Amino acid sequence: MALSHLASSSPSRSANLLKPLSSVISLRRPISTDTTPITVETSVPFTAHQCEAPSRTVQTNAKELATFFRDMVVMRRMEIAADSLYKAKLIRGFCHLYDGQEAVAVGMEAALTKKDCIITSYRDHCTFVARGGTLLEVFAELMGRQAGCSKGKGGSMHFYKKDSNFYGGHGIVGAQVPLGCGLAFAQKYCKDEAVTFALYGDGAANQGQLFEALNISALWDLPAILVCENNHYGMGTAEWRAAKSPAYYKRGDYAPGLKVDGMDALAVKQACAFAKEHALKNGPIILEMDTYRYHGHSMSDPGSTYRTRDEITGVRQERDPIERIRKLILSHDLSTDKELKDIEKEVRKEVDDAIAQAKENPVPEPSELFSDVYAKGLGVESFGADRKEKNSHGRHLDNTRDDPSGEVIIGLCFHNPLPA
Amino acid sequence: MAAIFQGVGAAATLSSSPSNSFVPKKFLTSPRRSFCVPSSVVVRSDGSVNFDLNSKSRRAQQLVANATKADSSAASSSSNPGHELLLFEALREGLEEEMERDPCVCVMGEDVGHYGGSYKVTKDLAKKFGDLRVLDTPIAENSFTGMGIGAAMTGLRPVVEGMNMGFLLLAFNQISNNCGMLHYTSGGQFTIPIVIRGPGGVGRQLGAEHSQRLESYFQSIPGIQMVACSTPYNAKGLMKAAIRSENPVILFEHVLLYNLKERIPDEDYICNLEEAEMVRPGEHVTILTYSRMRYHVMQAAKTLVNKGYDPEVIDIRSLKPFDLYTIGNSVKKTHRVLIVEECMRTGGIGASLTAAITENFNDYLDAPIMCLSSQDVPTPYAGTLEEWTVVQPAQIVTAVEQLCQ
Repeated sequence: MALSHLASSSPSRSANLLKPLSSVISLRRPISTDTTPITVETSVPFTAHQCEAPSRTVQTNAKELATFFRDMVVMRRMEIAADSLYKAKLIRGFCHLYDGQEAVAVGMEAALTKKDCIITSYRDHCTFVARGGTLLEVFAELMGRQAGCSKGKGGSMHFYKKDSNFYGGHGIVGAQVPLGCGLAFAQKYCKDEAVTFALYGDGAANQGQLFEALNISALWDLPAILVCENNHYGMGTAEWRAAKSPAYYKRGDYAPGLKVDGMDALAVKQACAFAKEHALKNGPIILEMDTYRYHGHSMSDPGSTYRTRDEITGVRQERDPIERIRKLILSHDLSTDKELKDIEKEVRKEVDDAIAQAKENPVPEPSELFSDVYAKGLGVESFGADRKEKNSHGRHLDNTRDDPSGEVIIGLCFHNPLPA
Repeated sequence: MAAIFQGVGAAATLSSSPSNSFVPKKFLTSPRRSFCVPSSVVVRSDGSVNFDLNSKSRRAQQLVANATKADSSAASSSSNPGHELLLFEALREGLEEEMERDPCVCVMGEDVGHYGGSYKVTKDLAKKFGDLRVLDTPIAENSFTGMGIGAAMTGLRPVVEGMNMGFLLLAFNQISNNCGMLHYTSGGQFTIPIVIRGPGGVGRQLGAEHSQRLESYFQSIPGIQMVACSTPYNAKGLMKAAIRSENPVILFEHVLLYNLKERIPDEDYICNLEEAEMVRPGEHVTILTYSRMRYHVMQAAKTLVNKGYDPEVIDIRSLKPFDLYTIGNSVKKTHRVLIVEECMRTGGIGASLTAAITENFNDYLDAPIMCLSSQDVPTPYAGTLEEWTVVQPAQIVTAVEQLCQ
């Protein structure tokens, strides 16, 4: 990390002699390892429903703030790069960008372990990265290449990372919430002592299956946390036009809820830690993250027909999550403006490198069309479900079989040769 | 008749722990597979026998060529005489054995727990395995099917019951997009070893909404397998195979078949999910059918035999994918095909099967394929009208006569 070069990277040593002592770089501990506790107050207090709100005072340290900053810069840069790639037609189909909402992903990750599960909707690039996904996996998947996290077969809306318990990545609005409650059920069944965060948007908050799943979760006491990432617009419809009651944290009724400033990573972290503790003891809880997306709903939405540009720039000036952390770092004298800018440059290069690598990556092989449709199980199949792969006895299923008459059995529905 | 028997080897290790106090850990993935080491014996329809050479089990295999037919007394071999039970009991037995064998198997559905299941398939299972393994859900198919799928993503093996198959239309999105497609869209990261089962089909004057045949709606979903049981023997075998399969399986039962009685083997067995069942070998015509229509066909077969015909009756059992090997061999032998199904004419299993056979075996056909299906109408309540909606044995006889002219 660039910040670790603090002691030696100072360009003009002689000039330092003229600066106040506190700004001489070599006297400050490297921010990347400094874990001295720092106490910060969240921007706004939490609003609670049916529970007691956690305190506004958050414990953090320089290392954590540096991580927040860097991770959010990576995410921001990644999303903007994806925007350019989409316009260059390297990314096709749907592309839903998360810039502006980074604090939710980063703050949540800080409060959880990899044993906890996260499941979200189609606006999943940054959550995937927060869970440990690499930039190459992101860009390769967006461009439909082999190195993508889903081997290029999922696309923007289907990022998954099983080994860090990130369950995607779902295209149908709201469908991930019952899945998330199922994950929580499995955690309870296996006595994992972990929780599931099921994320959805203000648009999805009006889906019936959400209330169904919440009901079942509350009945069965599941460690499920439903997180509404309220960016105030469900596609092109403002929340007040879609929801009779836009107080999403209250709509759980019997389930407690908390409203959080989603642009403040520390507030998000505090709320998620609180929710995790609550859910493990008392069952489901709803978190409403008050956040904002700078881009439109997707790349095909300019994002300015249903809201004013002034609103967007206003939020960017006053509530931008990266700027907030930057101000925090600078005001606590944990780093200098130049260092932070260096990080941004470094991140930009990292992102560009990943894109270049992803562009070189090959597209999936034609045989990948048929792989992973069915999993092989039991070991006793005669021909296998999809007949495009070898069965457990090593015979090809698509056109030959040990047949006493020696004739060839053609597969189920493919007569055209595979695309060359 | 092809049956597959699997060694019961390591299953004993799991059943030793008391079921109610079981604490399943996150061993859900690979260690579980080592229990179920395939020491499989495949008995084919032509009577030949193959041993799986990868078998690691040292136990001697009980090889029983069991030509079980539901409408005649089982021609059991010299070993176990077996035990007699009804189809719903066979389903329950299969489910119970799998729940004992694997702690990750759980059941979710409406009234499956304390009530014992509306068709008694899960009777007493809640008492035996506890409320966390046999779960009563509220009436919320979309979400509890979704929850089952989410749980399956982590490695649990839920068996989701739709009280009537028709209710699963409410969960169509979950079944199609999440259940069927997640294995593919995640690049193989997640398997969804879920079983979705329930009774469907036309019953006795249950009304239009409770007489649906969902196999025609689900058949296009990539990534799922569909099987239809028709006898206690294959009901138990398919239930067990479906639970053990790593793929999502939809098991179609029929409301009118739950009280069929048959003698089934005592030993552990499963039925291959992708294989069709030869019910009656013959020479003149291939009749393909499944589920309840099998019995109408067999009834018609009696009449046909008296009239001098020799129909070959195959219960296709596997609705997705079709067992084109068995079907193809039959077509090559008889050169005439009649499909008898309970789906509606438009877009049903019969329609797909007709297309598949025509594409693959057109040269072997001496006559166009005939397909008898239910009428394209909502199933009426009035008894006489309902009777005319589905295919009756007399129509089957007429069709065969026409086909064999």
